[in-house]
Amino acid sequence: MIHISVQQSAIDIAAEMTRAEAAGAGAVATFTGLVRGDDGVGTLELEHYPGATEAALLKVAEGAIERWSLSAAIIVHRVGPMHPGERIVFVAATAAHRGAALEACAYLIDRLKTDAPFWKRETRGVKASWVEARDGDHAAAARWDISKG
Amino acid sequence: MTIRMVYFAWVRERIGTGEESVEPPASVVTVADLVNWLAETSPAHAGAFENRSRLRAAIDQDFVPLDTPIGRAQEIAIFPPVTGG
Repeated sequence: MIHISVQQSAIDIAAEMTRAEAAGAGAVATFTGLVRGDDGVGTLELEHYPGATEAALLKVAEGAIERWSLSAAIIVHRVGPMHPGERIVFVAATAAHRGAALEACAYLIDRLKTDAPFWKRETRGVKASWVEARDGDHAAAARWDISKG
Repeated sequence: MTIRMVYFAWVRERIGTGEESVEPPASVVTVADLVNWLAETSPAHAGAFENRSRLRAAIDQDFVPLDTPIGRAQEIAIFPPVTGG
């Protein structure tokens, strides 16, 4: 089971967990990303590429399902304006055992960061700036290229 | 050949529009050629495309390197490195 959502509305963890658990397996691993209030960030706005975003997330989820034989992969990402402390992303991997679920969960968030067309803009006071991509994100995503393919 | 160009984030802001239709000459073969050609069409395009190493592209919604031939592309997107998650 794959569930992808790119949404304006708040992420309902309980509903997503219910979905993950309903896939019927022994282990669910999840990751939740929250908006950080670094250096006085007041608002974070997420822009994306409609159509391409969903396709990219589907590809990431399919990759995880195939590699770890998951029962379910869930990716939910918010777009639009949000504030520090709010959930920006949620991923879940449902597998027979914890090892596969935990690894697949890390894969989902690492790949999402480099493969899906989202852009963050931070506003501090009246000053807005686009967030720069980090080399570390590419290193995190690339580690999945070298081990079992 | 008419191509729908789409722009995101600061590329969109600097160009001043999120999308436009363009008809590049036959000499435009790759996405990089297209960027070079567009950069000559206005100061805004030139500014947005100033640093080519900070640009990423997609052809018909698939991510591609800038040296990819545009072929029969209908939609080409130009944008900064992604920052989701």
